[in-house]
Amino acid sequence: MAKITVNGKEQELENLTTLAQLITSNNITQPDMVSVQLNEEFVNRENYETIALKDGDEVDFLYFMGGGQSA
Amino acid sequence: MNFTEDQIIRYSRHILLQDVGVDGQEKISKGKVLIVGAGGLGAPVAFYLAAAGVGTIGIIDGDVVDLSNLQRQIIHFTQDVDKPKVLSAKEKISQLNPDVNVITYQTLLSSENAPEIINDYDFVVDGTDNFPVKFLINDACVIAGKPFSHGGILRFDGQTLTHVPGTACYRCLFHAPPPPNAVPTCSQAGVLGAIAGMLGTIQAAEVLKYLTGVGELLTNKLLSFNAKTMEFRTIKTKRSEKCPVCGSNPTITQLVDYAQAACEIKTKR
Repeated sequence: MAKITVNGKEQELENLTTLAQLITSNNITQPDMVSVQLNEEFVNRENYETIALKDGDEVDFLYFMGGGQSA
Repeated sequence: MNFTEDQIIRYSRHILLQDVGVDGQEKISKGKVLIVGAGGLGAPVAFYLAAAGVGTIGIIDGDVVDLSNLQRQIIHFTQDVDKPKVLSAKEKISQLNPDVNVITYQTLLSSENAPEIINDYDFVVDGTDNFPVKFLINDACVIAGKPFSHGGILRFDGQTLTHVPGTACYRCLFHAPPPPNAVPTCSQAGVLGAIAGMLGTIQAAEVLKYLTGVGELLTNKLLSFNAKTMEFRTIKTKRSEKCPVCGSNPTITQLVDYAQAACEIKTKR
């Protein structure tokens, strides 16, 4: 059992997975809409499949937000 | 700068603040701030900066007021429908505080006009609704060494960060605009009107903090909130060495205009 913090909340994972699998298990259906930080560092989209998560990692999903002016 | 008696009364609640005082109010009164977008975010930003007595407020927006704007764009009134937003905003600012010098640009910010316009200001506020211009503001400010406040709202959510030279920029967190149509805009997905006020007033407070040098800015942080739960969260970020615009080997050294998603092109009434 490993503990990962996702957007400030702890998640327990039975098996450590890749970032790509974490994105799927968190029901992010449109990965294009989020930017991912791993331990406060931006992660390039191309590396989601290859980055293996470690116990204690902190992952933040940052959402693109437009809005403000629109008619 | 010598304040008149009326100005001392008008700004007394700032002058009374220990961290601001007469010196701080002088800094505010000498400040020059550009607001990009006179909409949901730009409206509360403009109102609070005008009330605070920011010396020069520039407003850039190419749109006219639409009836559907009035649910949240509180600087525009019912009688302003069809009026250019920059003129409507200028009228309200001048009525609120005639001390403010308002400069209007009735156009869209573009790679061509951005460097020259931004150059005249101490601080830039992003109150736009689309990613091409958000990235343009980021790049233009980073390249020119200007601080700015990013703001975004959608549905019940808001997010903001402040950039000053040397701290994380918008591109450090979001490398490039999302694919067109991947992210809905407020005009497609809706937005709770008061969210614009919540986020815009945070942006206005950041501007006043920057001008007076008081407190800690939202630099190297992304503040986000959700109004359904009223949970606020500040995520720590840092400048990315690999950032294409503010990193060690920038690949973006000139401004680009990203194509707008087709559905974002506005149809005039």
